Amino acid sequence: MHNKTIAELINGLDAGEFSSVELTQSYLDRISSLDQHLNSFITVTSEWALEQARQADSQRAAGQAGLLNGIPLAQKDIFCTKGIKTSCGSRMLDPFISPYNATVIEKFNASGAVMLGKTNMDEFAMGSSNETSWYGPVKNPWALEAVPGGSSGGSAAAVAARLTPAATGTDTGGSIRQPASFCGVTGLKPTYGRVSRYGMIAFASSLDQAGTITRTAEDAALLLKVMAGLDLRDSTSVDKEVPDYTESLNNELDGLKIGLPREYFSEGLDDAVAKVIEDAIKEYEKMGAVVSEISLPNSKLAVPTYYIIAPSECSSNLSRMDGVRFGHRCENPRDLNDLYIRSRGEGFGPEVKRRILVGTYALSEGFYDAYYVKAQKARRLISNDFNNAFENVDVIMGPAAPSAAFNIGELTDDPITMYLSDIYTIAVNLAGLPGMSIPAGFVNNRPVGLQLIGRHFDEAKLLNIAHKFQTVTDWHAQGPGQFV
Amino acid sequence: MSTLDKSDVEKIAFLARLGIDEQDIPEYAANLSNILDMVEQLNSVDTDNVKPMAHPLDGVQRLRPDEVTETNDRENLMAHAPETEAGLFLVPRVVE
Repeated sequence: MHNKTIAELINGLDAGEFSSVELTQSYLDRISSLDQHLNSFITVTSEWALEQARQADSQRAAGQAGLLNGIPLAQKDIFCTKGIKTSCGSRMLDPFISPYNATVIEKFNASGAVMLGKTNMDEFAMGSSNETSWYGPVKNPWALEAVPGGSSGGSAAAVAARLTPAATGTDTGGSIRQPASFCGVTGLKPTYGRVSRYGMIAFASSLDQAGTITRTAEDAALLLKVMAGLDLRDSTSVDKEVPDYTESLNNELDGLKIGLPREYFSEGLDDAVAKVIEDAIKEYEKMGAVVSEISLPNSKLAVPTYYIIAPSECSSNLSRMDGVRFGHRCENPRDLNDLYIRSRGEGFGPEVKRRILVGTYALSEGFYDAYYVKAQKARRLISNDFNNAFENVDVIMGPAAPSAAFNIGELTDDPITMYLSDIYTIAVNLAGLPGMSIPAGFVNNRPVGLQLIGRHFDEAKLLNIAHKFQTVTDWHAQGPGQFV
Repeated sequence: MSTLDKSDVEKIAFLARLGIDEQDIPEYAANLSNILDMVEQLNSVDTDNVKPMAHPLDGVQRLRPDEVTETNDRENLMAHAPETEAGLFLVPRVVE
């Protein structure tokens, strides 16, 4: 059962081959026996999952099955879940039981989906390796000494290890696509504003976007259909019709114009990764796509721009964690400043502190124009590069990350090298574009993802392009030996 | 412009009301200086006539009518506060 995709599980439930209770129990059993090797879940909600599965089974029996009726899913622990611990990977929110549901959670509930639990992640989604989680690092199911990527590393590892058919993720600078690449699964980061951010704990509000981690593009299409759409509770949510993403999956790619940015194939890219990506592009040429080289001349500005904008927004967003209204509070505060300083000092880990400090500095009096405004201007140049490129091509392709998964502990002493592991994904968030990573091969038995970048709101086309690749290759169907 | 020393880090940490162990300050100072050095690359491009981009779709703030939409949920929302009394959040004495 655990090797089936969501599309196959829906057919199985429809045909009465198994019930949602049986399906849910089988995943809970896998989590309980296998997650000790991975640490991909922070909270497993067994009782709640079985209760939801029972409800799903009765709804199905009554002919009221929603789109994802009875399908088990895991939720990144950044989404607020009513009555259930929502930690965001931080000691600060370890005591936090959310009093309300994120819109994404409400939408999954309404569709009949079942929540297996909350997945591990880098603290407040700040990290590229899942090593900043207060709950300990997640292991990569393909190589237990390697990181799964981050920040949605728990979600990617759990999907790769078949502990859940799919999971949610969030992507501020690559946090869905880079772990999807490292774990050999399909990651989709939609257009900024496509999915509601309400109840999704904010990191950098002008960049954050929720998306999916699945085994196939078809499953991503099923999930996005449920998640997307206008939400008046999120002022940046966009009022635009949600298409049926499954309808166009099989469209032909004959004549598709693919652009390969030369900046994504230069210095810093692992040669073996480059070879995997070049081979993947050849598959598209066989399907009739036309490939041309393009340039995104301001690519080198993406990482520095991001490391002003994201920390600035994070320093502002995380000021709500004050030890007064919710979350961690220090013992015996002497006065109000002592309460704030020690509660925050104890509650946040080193990477979160680094980013709060950088952001506070960049926004402080006298530096705002030199840093924040300068970065916002560079952001427009980066965005303009994509607009220019999309005048001539339909989709941009390249690597999702410069290497396959690195080892746990390999980059922890060097924040900047760690930041560079998001070098190919960050610009997409700055421009608000949709992006995907799909399994395209292996380097030393570790997965490598092909990144697809589309125009704003072109998710249907990206899913079509990803799905067609998955009909002619089987990289996405392979699983890590110990877990299949 | 971008080498930070111990007193800079202490000042920024206080602005952020963020406790940092004394022994970790040199490492934060070094990390922050390196990050700011990396960011210096932005000065290599001319952005004089570029409009700052605050929102990736250049969206504007959506407004709604000023109507009461949420019910009072004080008890539920305060249930997770570290210390409360009589429907109020407790903090150390502020006014002597």
